[in-house]
Amino acid sequence: MKLVTAVIKPHKWEEVRAALEAFGVTGMTVSEVSGYGRQKGHTEVYRGAEYDIALVPKIRIEIVVDDGDVEDVSGIVVKAAQTGRIGDGKVWISPVESVIRVRTGDRDEAAI
Amino acid sequence: MDGYYAWMIIATALVLMMTTPALALFYGGMTRAKSVLNMMMMSYVAMAVVGIVYVLWGWSMSFSDGFSGDGKLFANPFKLFGLKDVTPDNYIYVMFQLTFAVITAALISGAIADRVKLSSWIVFLPLWATLSYFPLAHMVFGGGLIGGKIGAQDYAGGTAVHINAGVAGLVLALIVGRRVGFQRDPMRPHSLPLTMIGAGMLWVGWYGFNVGSIVFHTTFDQNPDAFLAQFYSETGRTFANTTLATMAAMLGWLLIERLMHGKATTLGAASGIVAGLVAITPACGAVDISGAIAIGAIAGGVCAWAVGLKFRFNLDDSLDVVGVHLVGGIIGTVLIGLFSTSEGAGGVDGLFYGGGLGSLGDQTLGALIAIGWSGVATAIIGLAIKYTIGWRISEEDEVNDGIDLAQHGESAYDFASLGGGGGHGLPSGALAQGSAEARGVNA
Repeated sequence: MKLVTAVIKPHKWEEVRAALEAFGVTGMTVSEVSGYGRQKGHTEVYRGAEYDIALVPKIRIEIVVDDGDVEDVSGIVVKAAQTGRIGDGKVWISPVESVIRVRTGDRDEAAI
Repeated sequence: MDGYYAWMIIATALVLMMTTPALALFYGGMTRAKSVLNMMMMSYVAMAVVGIVYVLWGWSMSFSDGFSGDGKLFANPFKLFGLKDVTPDNYIYVMFQLTFAVITAALISGAIADRVKLSSWIVFLPLWATLSYFPLAHMVFGGGLIGGKIGAQDYAGGTAVHINAGVAGLVLALIVGRRVGFQRDPMRPHSLPLTMIGAGMLWVGWYGFNVGSIVFHTTFDQNPDAFLAQFYSETGRTFANTTLATMAAMLGWLLIERLMHGKATTLGAASGIVAGLVAITPACGAVDISGAIAIGAIAGGVCAWAVGLKFRFNLDDSLDVVGVHLVGGIIGTVLIGLFSTSEGAGGVDGLFYGGGLGSLGDQTLGALIAIGWSGVATAIIGLAIKYTIGWRISEEDEVNDGIDLAQHGESAYDFASLGGGGGHGLPSGALAQGSAEARGVNA
C-alpha cells in the first residue's frame, strides 16, 4: 500500500476530485494548507506599504491506495491538476505499513 | 424653521452613525483579525464615555457663553453643567455637537490600534475631551479665539475635529510606542470589505456633519426670508462641495498610488474618500464647486503620499490618523485661504479670488493654534497615563493571543481558514484554541 499525497492549486481541486472519482477512488482526506515552493509567494501593497506574502494557499489531498493503483492515481492527479504554470504543486508517494478501518477493524487491503 | 429642525434631527443621527458603526467598520477592517473587536470597541466606548461627559460639562465648556466672540479659550464648564438651564427644545443642538465630540475622540484610536488597554483608553477619553476637544470646540465653533477673534473659517471642524484628532494621534503613537513587530511582520488589513462599507457609510454620515453645521445670520422670527434663503443656498453649497471634493479625492488618491506603487486599490479608494471628506470639512461653506474639486484632488493625492512617511520615521500610526486626518485637516483649513469666495458662508475672498493674503494668514494661524493646543494637551494626558496606569497590554498578549482575546475574552471569527495564506505563520493558535473550547463545552 502506498500513500499518495498531492499539494495542488485550490481551483484545480474539483477537477482532480472528479477525475479520481471516475477512476474509482472511493475516499480521500483533503485539507487547506499554506506553503511555497519556487513560486515564492507574492507582493501586496496597502497604503504604500509593501508586504511579501510568502505563503500561498494550497489544497492537500491524501489517498491510500493499493500498490497496483499507485501509478494510475498519481498520474490522474498530475494530469488533472496541471496548468503548466509555476505553482502547480507536487505529488509524492510514500509506503504505508498498515491500514485499519475503524468501523470494522478490517486491516490493510480490505480496509482501503 | 420646521424644516430646519427636522433636518437637524436627521443630521444628528447621521453623525452618530459615523462613529457607530461607520468608523468602527472602517478601522476594524484595517486591523489584523486578532484585533478587530478591540478596534471596534474603541469607537463604541468613545461614544458612551465622551457622550456622557459631553452633557455633564462639555456643552457648557464649549457653548455656554452664547457665541459672544470674546476670543476665549473655553467657556465656563459649570454654567450649564448637566444641561441645567438648557430647555429640551434645544437638546437636539446639544446632541448634534455631542456627536462631533464623540467622533473626534474615536478618530484617535486608529493611531494606537492593537496594543492599548481598554481601561487606559476609557481614562484617556474624558480627560482628552475636556482638555483638548471642548476648548477647541469653543475656540472654533463657540465664538472663541480661532473662529471669533482671529476669524479663521472652519465650517464643520477641520481644526477642532481633524487637526485636533490627527495631532492627538501623532502624540499618542509616540507616547504609546510601536506595535511588536512593526516594520517586520506583515500587518495587512484583515477585511477590506468592512473598510469599504465603513468608508461608504462615513461618506453618507458626513452630510449630517457638514450640511448640518449651518450657522444662521438671523433667526427665522427676525427675518424669515433671509433665514430661508440662507438655508436653501448654503445647504445646497455644502452638500455639493462635500460630494465633489470626496469624488476628486478618491480619484486623486488612486492616481497617486497607481503612479507610485503600480496598482489602484480598494483601500486607496476608501482612504481617498475619507481624505476628501476631511479636507472639505472646514471648506465646504467657503468655496465654490471648482474650489471643492481642487481641494479634494489635492488632499487625495497628498494624503496618498503622506501615509508612507510613517515608515520613514518609524512611527506606528497604525491606521494613518496623521496621514489622513492631520494632513487632510491642514490642507482643507489652509487652502480656504486660497479658494474661499465671498459668495460663500464666510463672506471672505481668498488669494485666488482677489482677497489677498489675509485669509491665508488667518487660516494658517488657526491651524497652528489647533496643532499646538492639541499637541500639548494630548502630551500631558498621554504621559500621565503612561507613568501611572500604563498604556500597553503585555507583549505576550499582543503577540500570541491578540488583544481581542486578552482584553475582551472573545474572538471575532469562529473559523480558522488556513487557505488565506497568512503572511506570517499559520494561525495554529486559533486551531488549538478552538479545540480547547470544544472540549470545555462537551465536558
